[in-house]
Amino acid sequence: MDDSGNRAPGSRIGTEEVAKVAALARLRLGDDELERFTHQLADILDHAADIEALDLDGVEPMAHPVRVVNVLRDDTPGEPLDRAEVLAQAPAAEDGQFRVPPVLGEAP
Amino acid sequence: MSGVDPDRWEVVIGLEVHAELATRTKLFSSATAEFGGEPNTHVDPLTLGLPGSLPVLNVQAVELAIRVGLALNCTVQRSVFARKNYFYPDQPKNYQISQFDLPINADGWLELPSGQVVGIERAHLEEDTGKSTHVGGGGRIHDAQYSLVDLNRAGVPLLEIVGRPDLRDAEGARAYVSELRAVLVAVGASDGKMEEGSLRVDCNVSVRPRGAEELGTRCEIKNINSLRSLGRAIDYEAARQVDLITAGERVVQETRHWNEDDGRTHTLRSKEEADDYRYFPDPDLVELDPDPEWVERIRSSLPMLPAQRRHRLAERSGAAGDAVALVVERGLDDLCLAAIDAGADPARTLTHAEHNLADDRAQELDPAAFAALVRMETDGALTATQAKTVLAELVASGGDPAAIAAERGFEAMDTSELEGMVDGIIAANPDEWQRYCDGDAKITGFFVGQVMQATGGKADGKAVTALLAARRG
Amino acid sequence: MTVERALADVPLASASATASEVRSGSRSAADVLEERLERIGADEERVHAFNLVTADGARAQAAAVDALVASGDDPGPLAGVPVAVKDNLCTRGVATTCSSRILAGWEPPYDATVVSRLQRAGAVLVGKTNLDEFAMGSSTEHSATGPTRNPHDLSRVPGGSSGGSAAAVAAGFAPLALGSDTGGSIRQPAALCGVVGVKPTYGLVSRLGLVAFGSSLDQVGPFATTVADAALLCEVIGGHDPGDSTSLPQEFPSVVEHLDDGVDGLRVGLVTEMMGEGIAEDVAARVRVAAEALAAAGATVEEVSVPAVSFGLSAYYLVAPAEASSNLARYDGVRYGVRVDAPTAGEMMEATRTAGFGDEVKRRIMLGTYALSAGYYDAFYGKALRVRTLIRADFDAAYERFDVLLSPTSPTTAFAFGDKTADPLQMYLNDVCTIPTNLAGHPAASVPFGVGADGLPVGVQVMAPALGEVAMFRVAAVLEASAGAS
Ligand SMILES: [Mg+2]
Ligand SMILES: [Zn+2]
Repeated sequence: MDDSGNRAPGSRIGTEEVAKVAALARLRLGDDELERFTHQLADILDHAADIEALDLDGVEPMAHPVRVVNVLRDDTPGEPLDRAEVLAQAPAAEDGQFRVPPVLGEAP
Repeated sequence: MSGVDPDRWEVVIGLEVHAELATRTKLFSSATAEFGGEPNTHVDPLTLGLPGSLPVLNVQAVELAIRVGLALNCTVQRSVFARKNYFYPDQPKNYQISQFDLPINADGWLELPSGQVVGIERAHLEEDTGKSTHVGGGGRIHDAQYSLVDLNRAGVPLLEIVGRPDLRDAEGARAYVSELRAVLVAVGASDGKMEEGSLRVDCNVSVRPRGAEELGTRCEIKNINSLRSLGRAIDYEAARQVDLITAGERVVQETRHWNEDDGRTHTLRSKEEADDYRYFPDPDLVELDPDPEWVERIRSSLPMLPAQRRHRLAERSGAAGDAVALVVERGLDDLCLAAIDAGADPARTLTHAEHNLADDRAQELDPAAFAALVRMETDGALTATQAKTVLAELVASGGDPAAIAAERGFEAMDTSELEGMVDGIIAANPDEWQRYCDGDAKITGFFVGQVMQATGGKADGKAVTALLAARRG
Repeated sequence: MTVERALADVPLASASATASEVRSGSRSAADVLEERLERIGADEERVHAFNLVTADGARAQAAAVDALVASGDDPGPLAGVPVAVKDNLCTRGVATTCSSRILAGWEPPYDATVVSRLQRAGAVLVGKTNLDEFAMGSSTEHSATGPTRNPHDLSRVPGGSSGGSAAAVAAGFAPLALGSDTGGSIRQPAALCGVVGVKPTYGLVSRLGLVAFGSSLDQVGPFATTVADAALLCEVIGGHDPGDSTSLPQEFPSVVEHLDDGVDGLRVGLVTEMMGEGIAEDVAARVRVAAEALAAAGATVEEVSVPAVSFGLSAYYLVAPAEASSNLARYDGVRYGVRVDAPTAGEMMEATRTAGFGDEVKRRIMLGTYALSAGYYDAFYGKALRVRTLIRADFDAAYERFDVLLSPTSPTTAFAFGDKTADPLQMYLNDVCTIPTNLAGHPAASVPFGVGADGLPVGVQVMAPALGEVAMFRVAAVLEASAGAS
């Protein structure tokens, strides 16, 4: 771990990383919030440090408690939702579509 | 911008092709996958990314993916669906379910008509996104006043086929995409329509000095909508990169956008500002581990593939190269082989298929009639020109070649009649005849033309040439 | 300490008794409902168990049940039984908010599978219960609609995140409620409110229509005043659902018919790691009494060490937020819910999420995003998944020697409002005993077993291996029977 100015000594996360993570998650943090969240997240990660010391070589990751495989569905169309009912829940709609402010930039 | 000097530079190309799979419903839900439809009518809770909605995998998408994988000589393996996380308004869950570490198909290859073998890294299943329309500002994304989102396409199954960087020029890249499309269509996995977006090509291009081991920095080009654009985009991009390097600058790894109108690629995003996709196994889905028996059943149900057809036709006809490739591409190889089996000369059969059967209806041609026609021609009963005419009629309306020939008065001219006619023409054109006798080969055409004109095309050109030579002595 | 308690506390009929009365025609569903609505009318304002009381819908459903009975048809095993449903379960045409500003007013176009099954069984939906926003919390203080109060002491939290459901049952607003349990969110509030709460084996109850928090951990389960009622509700909501890929291909085990089997010959392990540091002495003492009661009823009881459970909290607070960070990405102001406008789509999404989510949700989204991000995946998320394997392996080893394991459900009895909100880690420590079973995918129940030094309820946790629900319910039934006596 580095001890650059944005983190408390020995801490696992600093304000710079929290700001980056917030941007990735599309959350905006004020300066106070950034400080507070960084402090809290560092505490939680410090607690989680107990697993850093574990020797987990050869231990398979368990992404899932269910050991079932190959759950498949027939290629048979079902009933679609009613568009009017769907768009009635949308914050903004136009011409049968969801309306959003201009999208800048293409999808990756 | 200069062209790329092939003696000094090597262009390295790898293609990623997204093919829409021909299923009735979406990859993870039962909403219809049909093309088109009123906006937002092909939607259900999962398509909309509604809270509480869950994905369940479409068996037909898996079957089609396996069909393609086997056709591309891949290993069909245990696979895991992962979430690729990024925010975009036409991506309803703000993550795409795709395959990452473990794709369903890995490590295959595709043989091109040229004989080149292109490696296939993987062919994995994933969902399509919806469609955003940018309103105002002339539809251009940067000037739009607002955007409209239609989720009909969201969740439609895609197979992303990632090729290895084995291609070296635009022509090869086009051949690769055509061949891949032919395979997808042959196995029934996709309709292969590039214009409707059922086949989308992203292209990675880099350049390196010829002889260099290390790969150059690559750029990924998006928005390529036709084979023609693919070639143009590669040529442009390779030249751009060579120019940069030659000028002492550096190629920056980035995603670029092909603009059909100005014939250039433009920066879309640089990799430095690339998203961090935070892939992780989708906890809503379980592993896919196709039963080997299922895979073998699928393998045995595969039709003959284009490369296999080319090999078979080449072997049985003795022909090679472009003619064989073209005949297979036109779907005429079965017809040709049946005609050859019925006694038609292989070379003449292939020549007709290559030059005289571009018509879509040619596939329905009766092989027996086709064979009979080729036999009449090789027996000397029809000239090449007459055979072509009869063949066109056979394609258009069917029937018996002998009857068609008779109806048109295509009878082989007897030799004495032809001799008389040739002698008359020699006598009438003494100057030309002298030039012929002096060895001017070009003048042969003049005499053949005169004979043809006089006989209304009934004469056999080869016979006329032979007669002229005999008269000269 | 002043205990503010002035709620009606005359116990009402159990769900099982109510259903048989309604099915036999001796009591109308309408009458049953009005009795509960009266309780709600009297006490809900102080408890705030509900985000929405669906009185009109409930009256219509009760009338339909009565009509079925009148026409000689059987409305089902929950005929006329009022059920409160956690507000993170989709109810068609009925607002489902997850106690979040971001979903205010959203009406799902479909019912969760468990909700459809409730209705098919003749149950009557009385309302949507309060929770910590998106089920993230252990006190129901992190709710956009304000906290729920513990009916046993209105100055205390009911636990969480299903605090509304626990409080609704404890206050007599409904004999049954549904909750969801990702790291203890059914069992801990059940313990703090003195009711029975069950988290079934992962995959036994459909998650379709449950708004996802940590998809590989979430499971829907019952709250009830009796073990028998909880068992009945499990059988109604459980069993295979083809709409959930992680649903097991089987029915819910038949637990109701084994409730009276007793524990003679069952092997019970008392988990060492859950009885020492961090567990209040009065709570641990009640668990020891519970163990003695089981021994007296014929079970063999021994201490057992399950070492890897000590790492449960660490693994959980990486795995659950990681999944949550992705699950909650869909709340972006585009298709449903609340939008905060901004000049571009990207800024609109950010403004919407910033204003729409509360702090705890933001904290977990950021934690999970961090755990999954480039450069940290292996050290955090990847490692946590391996710890999960260790935990399951250690449980498996224990279950070779024991049929069930015993522990406290919660380290303490109900705590006061604001006690733990300032320090998230202190709040997370509430779940130290409940989290390991979620990581393993195992079932566990919390059964009320007397009170602690402060006079507030203590819950005993009965854990079992995957699909070990029969043994778990047998033990729970014996604990329930002996709770009053010891
Ligand atoms: Mg790609
Ligand atoms: Zn892709």
